[in-house]
Amino acid sequence: MNPQLDQLWVYLQANPLGWLTATLIAYWIGTRAQRAAGGRPYVNPVAIAVVLLVGLLVATGTPYQTYFEGAQFVHFLLGPATVALAIPLYENWPAVKRSLVPMIAALLAGTVTAVVSAVGIAWALGASAESLVSIAPKSVTTPVAMGIAEKLGGIPSLTAVLVILTGIIGAIIATPLLNALGLKDWRARGFAVGVAAHGLGTARAFQVNDLAGTFAGIGMALNALATAILVPVLWHW
Amino acid sequence: MIEAGILLLLCQLSGESLVRALDLPMPGPVLGAVFMLGFLSLRRSVPDSLGRTSHDLLANFSLLFVPAGTGIILHAARLQAEAVALLAALIGSTALTIAVAALVFVGVDRLTNGKTEPDSGA
Repeated sequence: MNPQLDQLWVYLQANPLGWLTATLIAYWIGTRAQRAAGGRPYVNPVAIAVVLLVGLLVATGTPYQTYFEGAQFVHFLLGPATVALAIPLYENWPAVKRSLVPMIAALLAGTVTAVVSAVGIAWALGASAESLVSIAPKSVTTPVAMGIAEKLGGIPSLTAVLVILTGIIGAIIATPLLNALGLKDWRARGFAVGVAAHGLGTARAFQVNDLAGTFAGIGMALNALATAILVPVLWHW
Repeated sequence: MIEAGILLLLCQLSGESLVRALDLPMPGPVLGAVFMLGFLSLRRSVPDSLGRTSHDLLANFSLLFVPAGTGIILHAARLQAEAVALLAALIGSTALTIAVAALVFVGVDRLTNGKTEPDSGA
């Protein structure tokens, strides 16, 4: 290779700027693909971006740690974005206040279902003990789920991956599943997706309907709380 | 834009600090959102720049999960070995959770708010 080009490559590969740019471009390609498919949920921008980036990392022999040095700037924004969920929550407060009782009931049912069914199915099909601990908090938003897995002796980075797979699955199946159940209430639809599929479900809900997105955000936040309390209790019991 | 950034980060920072100081079971940013909600209800309106910034952030919420999702590369061997069990658990449990939570929401809503049915249906 031409030495100057070689140097450029060394710079790009080692510098955070290159992988940050690659992350944005991969996601942009994902969103364009979804738009080209008429917004169909099964053409998922996150799934496409992850496949593209994994392909690029494997092809260039780049370790994930190097990639993350650039991508961490995007990852960091998860915190402020979670805080920003308060804005649509405030704007839809009257509807939220009216739905308090059904929300709490759906939260309890959803949280227990999410943990018990995930561990139950994985256990029945012979998953390893480490995987069982790591999959228990799979419906909770990434940073919280990683914290829960760590406390119980799971593998936090495996949990992060299972959480994101859950989010992608939720974003893909929510609309057809809820339509098949004949549910038209945007509050119920959004809340359920937020409880089951955290931020990625919430992002999908905002795509479909603003009120659904707001309730998804609440479902996500409440489920993070409920699971953080419930999983350690269930585990020791 | 600067004001919005300051507000968001200050709320997150207060949330994270309090969670650490009191060893609370909830995530810092979630408590930060509670603080933001308190701030907005005291102020009784959403500042323009905050509204715009948060709209942009939430419109691209999915993007923020890409770096952690790419971490799948670290667990390729395990995911391959346990693919059937893990995928079945993820798909089955996610579908079940969505269905249960949505049906319970609608059922309880009908029981408690039966008379004041809003403009649903049709």
